[in-house]
Amino acid sequence: MADLSVNICGVDFKNPIIPASGVFGYGREYEELFPLNKLGGIATKGTTLRRRTGNLAPRIAETPSGMLNSVGLQNPGIDHFIESELPYLLTKDLTILANIAGSTPEECAEVAAKLEDTDVHMIELNISCPNVKQGGAAFGTDCAMAAEVTRKVRKATSKPLVVKLSPNVTSITDIAKSVEDAGADAVSLINTLLGMRIDINTGRPILRNNVGGMSGPAVFPVAVRMVWQVANAVKIPVIGMGGVSSGKDAIELMMAGASAVQVGAAIFTDPFAPVKIIDEMNQFLDSKGISSVRDIIGAVKPW
Amino acid sequence: MKYTQGQFIIASKTAVAKEIYSFEINCPEVAQAAAAGQFVHIRACGFTLRRPISICGINKEKGTLRIVFEVRGEGTAKIAELNKGDLIDMLAPLGHGFKLDDSFKKVILVGGGIGTPPMLPLAQFYGERASAISGFRNAQAVILQEDFRNTGAETILCTDDGSAGIHGFVTTPLSEILEKGGVDAVYACGPMPMLKNVAAACKEKGVFCQISLEERMACGIGACLGCACRTQRNDEEYFAHVCKDGPVFNAEEVLW
Repeated sequence: MADLSVNICGVDFKNPIIPASGVFGYGREYEELFPLNKLGGIATKGTTLRRRTGNLAPRIAETPSGMLNSVGLQNPGIDHFIESELPYLLTKDLTILANIAGSTPEECAEVAAKLEDTDVHMIELNISCPNVKQGGAAFGTDCAMAAEVTRKVRKATSKPLVVKLSPNVTSITDIAKSVEDAGADAVSLINTLLGMRIDINTGRPILRNNVGGMSGPAVFPVAVRMVWQVANAVKIPVIGMGGVSSGKDAIELMMAGASAVQVGAAIFTDPFAPVKIIDEMNQFLDSKGISSVRDIIGAVKPW
Repeated sequence: MKYTQGQFIIASKTAVAKEIYSFEINCPEVAQAAAAGQFVHIRACGFTLRRPISICGINKEKGTLRIVFEVRGEGTAKIAELNKGDLIDMLAPLGHGFKLDDSFKKVILVGGGIGTPPMLPLAQFYGERASAISGFRNAQAVILQEDFRNTGAETILCTDDGSAGIHGFVTTPLSEILEKGGVDAVYACGPMPMLKNVAAACKEKGVFCQISLEERMACGIGACLGCACRTQRNDEEYFAHVCKDGPVFNAEEVLW
């Protein structure tokens, strides 16, 4: 049994596997299938200052080796999260990344401030959700705006701040450096890639929002590339995600430079995916005689 | 709610119409927990998303579930490739089913096309107290009529082109029975325009109505919020979720 524990910005994770924000709600539905304490952490559903109703259906579409979603940040609001969801999660012995979002830098800061007196372990700031028509999409695609929202949230919280980056940009390393300079303690990437499908029989896009975020195995090589580039461009830790569906994928993303790995769409295919990934990582490390998963972080030997 | 995920043996497979298949699945634990109106979320090998399929039969003694599904696209085509003896990967049973009430003396079941299968467990529960109205495109698409008759329910068949049963939509016989009065509940599953008309007919007569909805779905258990359905709760618009809040809704809650 290899040592799977990792530490990111002073926060301990018993293993590096974290269900990604949006696929796992606030955890309750999966507790029915396995104990949540098997997980290294949880990135909770993106939560905003006030309740959001989200987009009209259909919000989901299958794509080759992946899927599209355009949920539109439906969530019950940060007060509900703090009062009704967080106390439950805090009993589960896993690291909690509270994912937050907002339409303005001020709203993001206000949400972060509300978490200051809670026992949430880290804040993951979503500056990249491509589904929200106003505000949200812009922060993550512009260095100055990404820095501005990071600075405002940085001032509002003393908790470790992870900024989640969009891949829908010309240079993700420039955005990563901007948020690092603005006070981010870590970055997580990649959020979904903007995509679209059309029903050729009706001529209508499958998603009611026309476009949505693409995830699943198809995006994995993009994630590996971007994690590698960003890990080489910044000094802060990188949390990797994007199409991870096996222990081998998780190892690969960590070799590219990720200190921990989030799992998203794979959970829809197999709800036990995060647990299986942890076991598979263990087996791989044991088979190679590697005693700690920390030894593989950034271990790629580029040509 | 109690659900599990696992691989279960397909005990039998039959083609019940063109591109429509019936599987009987050995899954004692799931069958024990399952209720009329719930669904199973089936993994289609090679696809990212599971496919939600309504439950057509629950045999708690034999420990089996029956599903009847139509090949609609590549995912359901993949599931249809499975044969007797193969393993089927299910997350089940999921969702909230129909409200069954033994005090009801007369109920109407309305199934449209591939919305007909989830009506069968209701026919088994209500037996002779049920009138099962089923509507299909044509005679070739007709399914499950013998199964409905075996429950003791009155069966009324409609086809869009008149090639079998009554020439016309299910709403015509529905309105006739409602007009006679004494109906305690109407249960329906099928295309949205049909459900809308069924709901309107029941509202007009003040009859309790439950409908089973379908939506593109990801997690199946209420975590991802993918399968949104516009509903009204406490005079407020609310996006409920077909997988967890449904698939069965009280018709009056749904905003069309």
